[in-house]
Amino acid sequence: MTGRTTSARAPEAFEIVANGEPRRALRGMTVAGFLAAHDLDPDLVVVERNGEILRRAALETVALEPGDALEIVHFVGGG
Amino acid sequence: MSRLPGRQRTLSEPTTTAPAETDRLTLGDRAFGSRLIIGTGKYDSPKTMAEALEASGAEIITVAVRRVDLDASKEESLLHWLDPDRVLILPNTAGCYTAEEAIRVARLGRAAGLSDFVKLEVIGDEKTLYPDVVELLEATETLAREGFTVLPYTSDDPVVARRLQEAGAAAVMPLASPIGSGLGLVDPLGIGFIMDAVSVPVIVDAGVGTASDAAATMELGVDGILMNTAIAKAKDPIRMAQAMQLAVRAGRLAFEAGRMAKRGYAVPSSPMEGRVGD
Repeated sequence: MTGRTTSARAPEAFEIVANGEPRRALRGMTVAGFLAAHDLDPDLVVVERNGEILRRAALETVALEPGDALEIVHFVGGG
Repeated sequence: MSRLPGRQRTLSEPTTTAPAETDRLTLGDRAFGSRLIIGTGKYDSPKTMAEALEASGAEIITVAVRRVDLDASKEESLLHWLDPDRVLILPNTAGCYTAEEAIRVARLGRAAGLSDFVKLEVIGDEKTLYPDVVELLEATETLAREGFTVLPYTSDDPVVARRLQEAGAAAVMPLASPIGSGLGLVDPLGIGFIMDAVSVPVIVDAGVGTASDAAATMELGVDGILMNTAIAKAKDPIRMAQAMQLAVRAGRLAFEAGRMAKRGYAVPSSPMEGRVGD
């Protein structure tokens, strides 16, 4: 919270890559927060962050960092 | 317990029980009352898909894993139309061209938390959608080691089928003809070779066009059929789903009954003795 440590921390708003596209995220935003900001139900998607699949419980605790790459997938019709 | 639940099974006595109640398809650690597996692709609406599923009697239904559209306003999930307590939702790896991609997609599908099953597809050719069996084998081995129940879509090649079984596949799923073609069973000989080559269930996946294709395929003695387009792109998908349920059951029953021998000439069905005027 102090100004003195911010230089080592993420800026207030930063860029990540979600499903191949650049997106804005806010400092302290969790993956669940990012999903909510995009109107996505965490029970209906699976999220991979930097190549690792996140367990549902981790969505609430993992905070996004600049440059993170997210894959957010769900089930669609297929054969 | 037979190692070949499909092919060595015999009906011990005439039974009044419906076949769906006695005849089970076992895959991995689960048993299913229907030998028909259907897909969820290409339907005009999810409602039609859900009604077709109901009419088909299928207990396994395939889905694809895709990126969500981050800009879409509240998309309706396919899962709203499927009850995981009633059907096994089987994620596929359609659209993957390497073992690495397929493994990644299989893991994403499993992370949805519904099951360890995966319909493994590794495509090697865009025009025919034939599988790349080298990549398929590698992916099967890795995923089986990770505890997946791997159901690989493969070519009609008994050598590959045996290698898939050795790699840990819970079933092998050779194509009847190219995906989405509706050409029916073009290589019954190859399917027969596969049935002889492996002890895991053989599920014919792709190519069935109409009910007679399904019945004829089941009459070979395969353990099940997976289809999507034949139902989804019928003029009336719900009726076709019902037709496929009946065809799969009819073909299975005919296989179990054992067909009569073929003859080159006629043999009268009525006695020649005691004809009027003799």
